[in-house]
Amino acid sequence: MAQFISDIPQVFWDGLFVGSFYALIALGYSMVYGIIKLLNFAHGDIYMVGAFIGYTILTAIGGTFHMLGLFALIIVMMISMLITGVIGVVVEKLAYQPLRGAPRLAVLITAVGASFALEYGVAAIASPNPRGFPVRLDGDFVLVLGARVTIPQIILMLIAGALMIALDTYIRRTSTGRAMRAISLDMKGSLLMGVKVNAVISRTFFIGSALAGAAGVMAGAYYGKIDFLMGFIIGLKAFTAAVIGGIGNIRGAMLGGLVLGLVESFGSELVGGQWRDAFAFAVLILFLTLRPTGILGERVTERV
Amino acid sequence: MSAVLEVKDLEISFGGVKAVDGLSFSANAKEIIAVIGPNGAGKTSAFNCITGFYKPTGGSVKLNGADVTGQRPADIAHAGVSRTFQNLRLFHDMTVLDNVRAGMHLYGGQNFFDAIFHTPRFKHSEAHYTEEAHYWLDFVGYRGRRGVPIRNLSYGQQKQVEISRALARKSDLLLLDEPAAGLNHSEKQSLLELVRRIRDLGTAVVLIEHDMGLVMEVSERIVVMNFGREIADGTPAEVKANPAVIEAYLGRDDDADDQDQEVAAHGDA
Amino acid sequence: MTIDNSTESIHTVEGGGKKRGAAAWISSVFENKYIGLVALAIALLMPFLIATPYAINIMTTAAIFVVLAAGLNIVVGYCGLLDLGYIAFLAVGAYTAGIIAKAFELPVLFTLPAVVIMCILAGLIIGAPTLRLRSDYLAIVTLGFGEITRITANNLTITGGPSGIYNIPGFLSIGGIDFQNPIIFYYLTVLIVAGLVLAAARLGKSRLGRAWKFVKEDEDAAEAMGIHTYKVKLLAYIFGAVWGGFGGMLFASHLTAISPMSFVFLQSALVLMAVVLGGMGNMKGVVLGALAISLLPELLRDFAAYRYLLFGLLLVVVMVFRPQGLWPPRGAEAERTKAQREAAAFANGLKK
Repeated sequence: MAQFISDIPQVFWDGLFVGSFYALIALGYSMVYGIIKLLNFAHGDIYMVGAFIGYTILTAIGGTFHMLGLFALIIVMMISMLITGVIGVVVEKLAYQPLRGAPRLAVLITAVGASFALEYGVAAIASPNPRGFPVRLDGDFVLVLGARVTIPQIILMLIAGALMIALDTYIRRTSTGRAMRAISLDMKGSLLMGVKVNAVISRTFFIGSALAGAAGVMAGAYYGKIDFLMGFIIGLKAFTAAVIGGIGNIRGAMLGGLVLGLVESFGSELVGGQWRDAFAFAVLILFLTLRPTGILGERVTERV
Repeated sequence: MSAVLEVKDLEISFGGVKAVDGLSFSANAKEIIAVIGPNGAGKTSAFNCITGFYKPTGGSVKLNGADVTGQRPADIAHAGVSRTFQNLRLFHDMTVLDNVRAGMHLYGGQNFFDAIFHTPRFKHSEAHYTEEAHYWLDFVGYRGRRGVPIRNLSYGQQKQVEISRALARKSDLLLLDEPAAGLNHSEKQSLLELVRRIRDLGTAVVLIEHDMGLVMEVSERIVVMNFGREIADGTPAEVKANPAVIEAYLGRDDDADDQDQEVAAHGDA
Repeated sequence: MTIDNSTESIHTVEGGGKKRGAAAWISSVFENKYIGLVALAIALLMPFLIATPYAINIMTTAAIFVVLAAGLNIVVGYCGLLDLGYIAFLAVGAYTAGIIAKAFELPVLFTLPAVVIMCILAGLIIGAPTLRLRSDYLAIVTLGFGEITRITANNLTITGGPSGIYNIPGFLSIGGIDFQNPIIFYYLTVLIVAGLVLAAARLGKSRLGRAWKFVKEDEDAAEAMGIHTYKVKLLAYIFGAVWGGFGGMLFASHLTAISPMSFVFLQSALVLMAVVLGGMGNMKGVVLGALAISLLPELLRDFAAYRYLLFGLLLVVVMVFRPQGLWPPRGAEAERTKAQREAAAFANGLKK
């Protein structure tokens, strides 16, 4: 028990760190769901694609990276964001847009198909074996309240935080953000009011996918290993995070990501690391059955 | 003997707006009651409360003396209520006969063991389902094909099938939500006659309708609603002479589309 | 009341031109009543054509896959509930059969009651809390349950951890006939699977099966007719689970070894593809879909790297262009004959 108490700061920090990844991916899930009520199964795979794009670019530029360091990683991340964003839009245009208004079952199955196509597309192109990421972020750590906090961890969390703040501002302050909120309340009404619904939805997919792509590159650089199925579990967890926060709610997704990270971190400390994923999914099932609106989800459910 | 349907002080509100605010009326066997009122008066909301699709926030609904307020729709249907919907709610990919068979679900007659092994009981029960389905289709005067999916049918035929389905339920109370909407003059005349024949089966019929001529001709009592409140309840002649009703309808077009909220699918919107 | 005979008989005449040529021939072949028997006969004759151990193995696996597709068709095709963790039921069946058969040194067949009970329990545990959820939440929760099942199997000692259970006793052995003989086991599997497919198809055409379809098409309308949608959905789940359990039992005794690796999401997705591509709700289509999904990779070995990519794309393309699946249920039945119509008119006349 004493051991556990002394571990608390470390467990807390680890949870927070992993949680910020979940939050970044959960945002895309939540935005898309909030706007067109689509559960985009392929979203986790966009994260994986992001990691592979980062891998490809970094491998291509090879040794030059070490001269440029972190700055180069950020540039690579931005390029990956751009490409994953476009992939997200293409997936939406090809797979989801033709099915707008179709029965939910058909749309869900399409999403599973899109996810499958992305996973095995990457496996076919890049081989199904795991790849070592050419860049590994490791570095000195500082002790904060007894927790080992590495510099890259801090940098990655700062990047994640900056992206989230940027997104939040975008949605609150710009006309596109307003259009997104309008569509989520009433798509037909927005269309009648002259909102370019399809364009806004595309932009939503772009932003969500770009964020997931960023998370992919960051995860690759941090964990050092990527494979074509890496998006599956994390996609499921990001969805869990979105649900915990209240799906469709942007700040909820961020909060949900952090909460899930913490719950999972403490949970696996208590019941053993091999149960980590099972524990996270159990949390998902509990939330969905007991409080499907999530922590901050009140606003999206007021419709009767 | 208690009334088939007894609604007392029924209330429902959506986020502060009272869609139904103190509705009371009753319906007896072999009686035709009409619920009328201007757009958004809360008629369909009241139907949805009675049938369990909305949970009333106040008041009570009694069926044959038993309180069913707030029960789930299936249980209320079990207690003897059957209904049609304002915008047809049929099973579009299934055949006409299957749609009518849906109304007979509660009459059982087979279990899954019978179904898997095609026992004589199963065959007998299926034959019975088919026979009854044809009977009710005949009853409403449906003349189209019966082995084809609903989506191939005209609007008028779909309306007939929906009523057949509700009749196959053989309930004590039948709620018809705008049965005449979208029908032409001669179809309305057949509907009038059909509603009377349903009444003669011993059923209590409650209908929401906009066609005043039809309502005045067919109903024995009329309940008038406005802004969720009940403003009159009486025979057609009484209601016609009621100043509150005249005021509510003054200058209004009776045929205007009802904008009442459609059943927002309980739980799943 | 009167019935206008003339109109009904006019309507009975096929509207528009009859389908001609190849299309009509194919559709008449596939909609034929005896197509199931023909398929069974082909399955039974196959070992006379190719009896290499490899071929028999593939065919047995395909047959087991068919029963999974039939079970998932109850859940997805009939009832419209998207289950993305269906393979969990295969796992429950396989592990129950494997553990009990090994512990008590029983032939696998004798574990059947336990398998059925465990699968009903699993169906209840997964279904009861989740079936009230909206359909997309249900999909992801079943996905979570599928993963939980696999992780549990991976971490418990009773399930043998990551290495699983091996040396599972044979299916049955009486009077010198060992059912573990691959060909005998193939025949046994085909017969069991055929029985289960027929049973599932018959369920689909019964009162319960209709209730499933009503729920799939319009839950509110179904409720209004007195159908307790929650119970009906739970029953679909339980039937699906039991079919999966049968599959698991056959799977365990076919391979004599099981491990968590056999129960990954990919497998759930493949069963779903079989159901969707075949035509949700149409048992014949689903069987064909299952055979295609399990046998095509064997025929298209050259495309091994791309096959799942193709499956994924196919899923999207089919949903976009033909959301009801390649071979959906026909949604048609026989009209009344003239004699029946007259008899009904006469009877109605008497009632009056």
